[in-house]
Amino acid sequence: MTALGNIAPAAPEVFMAIAGMALLMIGVFQKGDATKLVGWLAVGVLVVAGFLVLMAAPETVTAFNGQFISDRFAIFAKVLVLGASALSLVLAMVWLAQEDMKRYEFSVLVVFATLGMMMMVSANNLMALYLGLELQSLALYVMAAFKRDSVRSTEAGLKYFVLGSVASGLLLYGASLIYGFSGSTSFPVLAEVLSHGTPTGVIVGLVFVMAGLAFKVSAVPFHMWTPDVYEGAPTPVTAFFAVAPKIAALALFVRVMMGPFADLVDQWQQVIVLIAILSMLVGAFGAILQSNIKRLMAYSSIGHMGFALMGLAAASPNGVRGLLIYLAIYIFMNIGTFAIILSMRQKGRAVEGVADLAGLSRTMPGMATALTIFMFSMAGIPPLAGFFAKFYVFMAAIEAGFFTMAVIGVLSSAVGAYYYLRIVKVMWFDEPVDTFDRPAMTNQVVLWGSAAMMFVLFIWAAPLIAGAQMAALSLFPG
Amino acid sequence: MYVAAIFLPLIASIVAGLFRHVVGDRGAQIITTLSVFASAAMAVVIFFEVALGKNPVTITLFSWIVSGEFDVSWALKFDTLTAVMVLVVTSVSSMVHLYSWGYMSHDKSIPRFMAYLSLFTFMMLMLVTADNLVQMFFGWEGVGLASYLLIGFWYEKKTANAAAMKAFVVNRVGDFGFALGIFGIFVLFGTVHLDTIFQMAPEYADASVVFFGIEWHAMTIICLLLFVGAMGKSAQLGLHTWLPDAMEGPTPVSALIHAATMVTAGVFMVARMSPLYELAPVALATVAIVGALTAFFAATVGCVQNDIKRIIAYSTCSQLGYMFFAIGVSAYQAAIFHLLTHAFFKALLFLGAGSVIHAMSDEQDIRKMGGIWKHVKLTYAMMWIGSLALAGVPFFAGYYSKDMILESAFAAGGGVGYFAFTLGIAAAFMTAFYSWRLLLLTFHGKPRADEYVMSHIHESPPVMTVPLILLSIGAIFSGWLGYELFVGDADVRSEFWGAAIYLLPGRDTIDAAHHIPTWAVLLPLVVTAAGIALAYVFYVLAPSLPGKLAGAFRPVYLFMLNKWYFDELYDRIFVRPSMALGRALWKGGDGAVIDGVGPDGVAAATRDIARRVGLMQSGLLYHYAFAMIIGVAVFVTWYMINAG
Repeated sequence: MTALGNIAPAAPEVFMAIAGMALLMIGVFQKGDATKLVGWLAVGVLVVAGFLVLMAAPETVTAFNGQFISDRFAIFAKVLVLGASALSLVLAMVWLAQEDMKRYEFSVLVVFATLGMMMMVSANNLMALYLGLELQSLALYVMAAFKRDSVRSTEAGLKYFVLGSVASGLLLYGASLIYGFSGSTSFPVLAEVLSHGTPTGVIVGLVFVMAGLAFKVSAVPFHMWTPDVYEGAPTPVTAFFAVAPKIAALALFVRVMMGPFADLVDQWQQVIVLIAILSMLVGAFGAILQSNIKRLMAYSSIGHMGFALMGLAAASPNGVRGLLIYLAIYIFMNIGTFAIILSMRQKGRAVEGVADLAGLSRTMPGMATALTIFMFSMAGIPPLAGFFAKFYVFMAAIEAGFFTMAVIGVLSSAVGAYYYLRIVKVMWFDEPVDTFDRPAMTNQVVLWGSAAMMFVLFIWAAPLIAGAQMAALSLFPG
Repeated sequence: MYVAAIFLPLIASIVAGLFRHVVGDRGAQIITTLSVFASAAMAVVIFFEVALGKNPVTITLFSWIVSGEFDVSWALKFDTLTAVMVLVVTSVSSMVHLYSWGYMSHDKSIPRFMAYLSLFTFMMLMLVTADNLVQMFFGWEGVGLASYLLIGFWYEKKTANAAAMKAFVVNRVGDFGFALGIFGIFVLFGTVHLDTIFQMAPEYADASVVFFGIEWHAMTIICLLLFVGAMGKSAQLGLHTWLPDAMEGPTPVSALIHAATMVTAGVFMVARMSPLYELAPVALATVAIVGALTAFFAATVGCVQNDIKRIIAYSTCSQLGYMFFAIGVSAYQAAIFHLLTHAFFKALLFLGAGSVIHAMSDEQDIRKMGGIWKHVKLTYAMMWIGSLALAGVPFFAGYYSKDMILESAFAAGGGVGYFAFTLGIAAAFMTAFYSWRLLLLTFHGKPRADEYVMSHIHESPPVMTVPLILLSIGAIFSGWLGYELFVGDADVRSEFWGAAIYLLPGRDTIDAAHHIPTWAVLLPLVVTAAGIALAYVFYVLAPSLPGKLAGAFRPVYLFMLNKWYFDELYDRIFVRPSMALGRALWKGGDGAVIDGVGPDGVAAATRDIARRVGLMQSGLLYHYAFAMIIGVAVFVTWYMINAG
């Protein structure tokens, strides 16, 4: 065995790292504007990485002395992360061209952030966890402040950075507590140690780690940054924030809870149930009075994370399966909606008010129809995929006996339906004020592709369900 | 090819419906019609391969819902029964598509109409090819939806909207029964997959369910519930009221949906479930009695109606009754045979009536017609063929199938069999009477329309008459061609049907029907002749007679004219009380109590909470950090207290 050991399981990550650095070089040495070239190359890199992930052996294998793990769960989550990153990067490219921003660094940051996320998903050790998380976060901080000349964007970046540092601090502190009381940072070893009894210090450490992770998925009460950052950050960055990091963080959350701390399920379940309930409620109520659609989407994503966390709270294979299905469908709903938000431009200038959508059905019936599909799907109305997303997590929660949480979930999704339907109402029944510019072709393709997925994933859900099922089972040995 | 035959109409419907601005009127017509014609051509091949080649197949498309033990796939099941239905649906549908080119030529939303027609065709095909009950329910609701959309196609017309809603609501009653039946089957068998159910059926023949503290025979309950669904869709007595009103839709729709195909879905479904019905004799007897009563009832009403389409609508209702009592005496094959022949001659009659209406400048009242046969000779001939087939005059299609049903009922014997036979004979007499009443009043005698209308009478364009001619071929020959296969000698017949129809050993009524006394065979012919003769006396020889008769038996006449007061009865029993209840709940319960506390109160509370949540979002960094730290502190404290 060489010094590095077998690095084959990490082939996609290695590829991404090398490709990311190569892209940076290309950007630096390319004469003239490299934004477009690097951007499409980055999309290509994400797609190739996706294929590498899919080609990897589905068995559970580790690398880097057990720091890194690859299993069906990791493969499923990585495919989602890569898909979400690629789609939001495609949207961002249009935006960069429209805003005339010649900064190829954007795509490089996306690649590195995605690399961090893939590391998170495959983390098998608290140190690997932290490594991936920070790689991701640092890239995201820069992205949030990407529009340097905009006060709102820099404010968003700074807020995210400061609060993110606090969260990282909490997580690190928790990790050191866990290490101090159990003597290891490796997940399998932790699981082994904790199966023989739990020191209180580990529980305290676990709470801190959970707080750090909850920050990343923007679950209540660690959600406060979300609306401000979503509103302030450039829209394609918001689109990216809303999908890829959420998936990675939730997948990591699941891996940590179901792996090393599986025996502490009685302890952490209470916290997860609570933050799931709070997230659903805040997500539902917070969005009602929002007039900025990006802020509204921030609350919407808080709510969605609450629903997804229900699957984790169930702590069962079915729960994890529901969570994964939820995430897959969530990507398409969000990417589609953001493709529309990115198309909300009047005379070359981006607008983001809910009121700007007034009368869209008359000025742009196609776009209004698509947004209606996404809103109905987010509200969980059949025959759209969003219904199954909710259905499977609710089913898992009820199987696990969390009736109160399920009832609160149903009620808050009813409250949530209010603001989704408000958008529909504004589009179809209000008088148009101004028309939007013709959306870019790329946006339309992404938009209609996502809208089609709302139906496809409802009618032909079996492959997704089967994939999620196998991914979930790989976390439950024996 | 099997899959293409089913999905082509769907694709055409989507193209014509969603891209109507791109393809235009003519494009929509061409796309939908071509695709349905292609389906029909493939249906012929399917019929030869599956039914005549004895090669039933099931094509699984993909898995749909998997939830615990509940496993549903999208799958297409082709056996003889399906092949026959697919053939009927696609062939009539293609004729109607073509006919609509002419009939709807003045309409302003042609693509929408064509898209609905194709959508209906697809849903109907989904229904008949379903290999499980959930998929069948999908098709069942799908045709209901298409029917609703097409009845209300002229949505500016208030009556059309009302009729569409009525059809929808009445069907909902039936669908509720059907859904309960499906639930019942799932509870009993643990699956909704048809073949599995049929295999397991004998094991559960004597199973029982306890309900309201009483033990019921499970199979009977399930079959009765399913039959409620069939009654709704197939307009059987009690749930028939929507069908005559559905004539508000364009005539091609009446021909396709409310005569040839959708209304026969109930018959198809019950025939499909024959392995269950055979185990539930009580349910079968109920089917027979309801069918016979419907056949009789609808025929009496048909005798006195004045709207050309309504007469045919009641006739449809009555013929569906025939099919059901055939099923009730276990003569499933005869029912499906009649379904086939009826599809052709009834579509022919409807499209012929449409041609008359078209010629008469949209007049539908036969009292305002008369004497037009010289102007529309082709339509006139077609209506004759249709009527001959409907009345069961020898060697036309209806003769073979209807007589077979009556003979089966007689052969089945017993109270139910003779009851059905008697009412069936009476209905046959009236069928002949109202058919010739329609023919004579519409085409013969002195013109009763005003001069403007008379001067505009014209034969329909070829695009309308060609479908008529093609259907008339079916109306003449389908009975003669199908007789041996569908209801012939036991060996030919059983080979043709394969496993599609299940009969209890020794219950082959069709076989028995071949050996009944001659007088019972001849009786239908005699009453048919009598009916035609009576119509001739009434409307040609002594035109004053009907009026006198109606005067003399005024109560009876009014009773029949008002359709046995079913609508009034329902209005009194269901509609008005529920309106009153609804009004009371709306004004008192909902407006005062629930709105006050509920929506308005909850809405106010919601906004209030929303405002508070908004207030927490101060935008200040240290507030946010503080919330996070507090969160961690609370969780940790919680564990400390719990641990300690």
